[in-house]
Amino acid sequence: MEMHFDQHISRQFNEDLESLKTEMLEMGGLVTRQVADAVEALANADSELAEKVLQVEEEIDRCEMEVDEHATLIIAKRQPAASDLRMVMSVIRIARDLERVGDEASKIAKMAIALTDEGTAPRGYTEIRHIANAVRKMLNDALDAYTRFDVKSAMETLAKDEQVDMDYRSAIREMVTYMMEDPRSISRVMNVLWTLRSLERIGDHAKNICEQVVYLVKGADIRHGNEKNMR
Amino acid sequence: MSTMTLNAGEAVPAQKEATQPVAEQTEVKSRAANPNSQVDGTVGSPFCDDAKLRMRNVNVFYGESQAIHDVSLDIGRNQVVAMIGPSGCGKSTFLRCLNRMNDTIEGCRVEGELSLDGEAIYGPKVDVVPLRARVGMVFQKPNPFPKSIYDNVAYGPKIHGIASRRAELDEIVENSLRRAGLWNEVKDRLDKPGTGLSGGQQQRLCIARAIAVSPEVILMDEPCSALDPIATARIEELIDELRENYTIAIVTHSMQQAARVSQRTAYFHLGKLVEVNDTETVFTNPEHDLTEAYITGRFG
Repeated sequence: MEMHFDQHISRQFNEDLESLKTEMLEMGGLVTRQVADAVEALANADSELAEKVLQVEEEIDRCEMEVDEHATLIIAKRQPAASDLRMVMSVIRIARDLERVGDEASKIAKMAIALTDEGTAPRGYTEIRHIANAVRKMLNDALDAYTRFDVKSAMETLAKDEQVDMDYRSAIREMVTYMMEDPRSISRVMNVLWTLRSLERIGDHAKNICEQVVYLVKGADIRHGNEKNMR
Repeated sequence: MSTMTLNAGEAVPAQKEATQPVAEQTEVKSRAANPNSQVDGTVGSPFCDDAKLRMRNVNVFYGESQAIHDVSLDIGRNQVVAMIGPSGCGKSTFLRCLNRMNDTIEGCRVEGELSLDGEAIYGPKVDVVPLRARVGMVFQKPNPFPKSIYDNVAYGPKIHGIASRRAELDEIVENSLRRAGLWNEVKDRLDKPGTGLSGGQQQRLCIARAIAVSPEVILMDEPCSALDPIATARIEELIDELRENYTIAIVTHSMQQAARVSQRTAYFHLGKLVEVNDTETVFTNPEHDLTEAYITGRFG
């Protein structure tokens, strides 16, 4: 089904759906920036940038509430069906995932502040960089696939989560080795561990967004490994 | 998912592209076609195992002009099938074929097979009076007889010879009114004229009148379009209860109503049956573009 959300008899409905989607994508842009900034703050021991991330977090929470409110109004006023309904549902779900990505970015920013306070750069930054790059790309691509209603690209992006999970597990093993080698580093390495964990979660949320692209375009709910639902 | 739903002309390029790596994307696009696309046959599942009413290749003409084009559809036992579509799409015409209400319209010709429990509805020996007792009808505007509430309900059983003794009739009247959810409101004024009731009550009286003759099928032609939301909700509730004992076909302009009351939905467009699917599918992920366009308000 080709996606057209600008062909309703009601022009207002066109505009409402368009602005709902735009709001969510703008939120996506903000969240993507947050992840980049948080990782940057961590890598460069930039606590100022980390503080900024924590401030913007509130804005993201507000975005989620606005998207929800506007989606609720569309349901109440228009009783959307078919692709319109799937659009509204997918936007609500994605906004929720984006808000959680924002939470993870804040957690990373907090780690950045904690690690900066401790002064020395711990080992494990290479792993963080590597996984951060992967999940940032996933998040970007997922939102991009949503913008273009591109199922193929969504499926490709979704598949990358497996690699992220594998990299995450091997990074964890690495961190455990560091801690065993040098017990004094445990508290710092724990911070790195939490950061890796947050990044891995961001990958999961990006995957969820990809699933919503499939839901929007194909009407198939492929969450929780139900890819067979895609006819 | 989609190539099957397209007409033959469009299926070819889609198949060709299926071998290319970009198949996924092109498939998505090709499914859309455009809202003016031709309707070649019906998509979805027009047939079911336990059909109460079975229609095959039905064509209906009003004089020279054809109102229904080659429609095939099953209506399952104890099922509510909703027929939706823009004005003039033929859904009411089709509904009226099911108990031969079109017989009264001059120049109307019905072709194809229509059967009720395997018996031809348009068979040469079929008497329409008992047929219409088996396949009852409720109309858009409540149309009670200018008689008492009691006589409105008792009339059918009397003329069909279902009951003649007063005690039997009393029982049928009470039962029918109860099942139509009207008994408590009218039990103390059964001798008052039916036309004195409110619109919603009149419509429930008409439903009571329809079920008084123990029909097997009830046809409803926009039964709620003249009613307020509360009366509408009562009728919808009633439809759901009636489904236990009856097979129901309902024509409605309210898509929300179709979504609420029916198990299957049939979408008509320009005299053709475009799509029949589970109601859930039709309203969340319809197969045909024309269905999608209609239920989402994309018609120009």
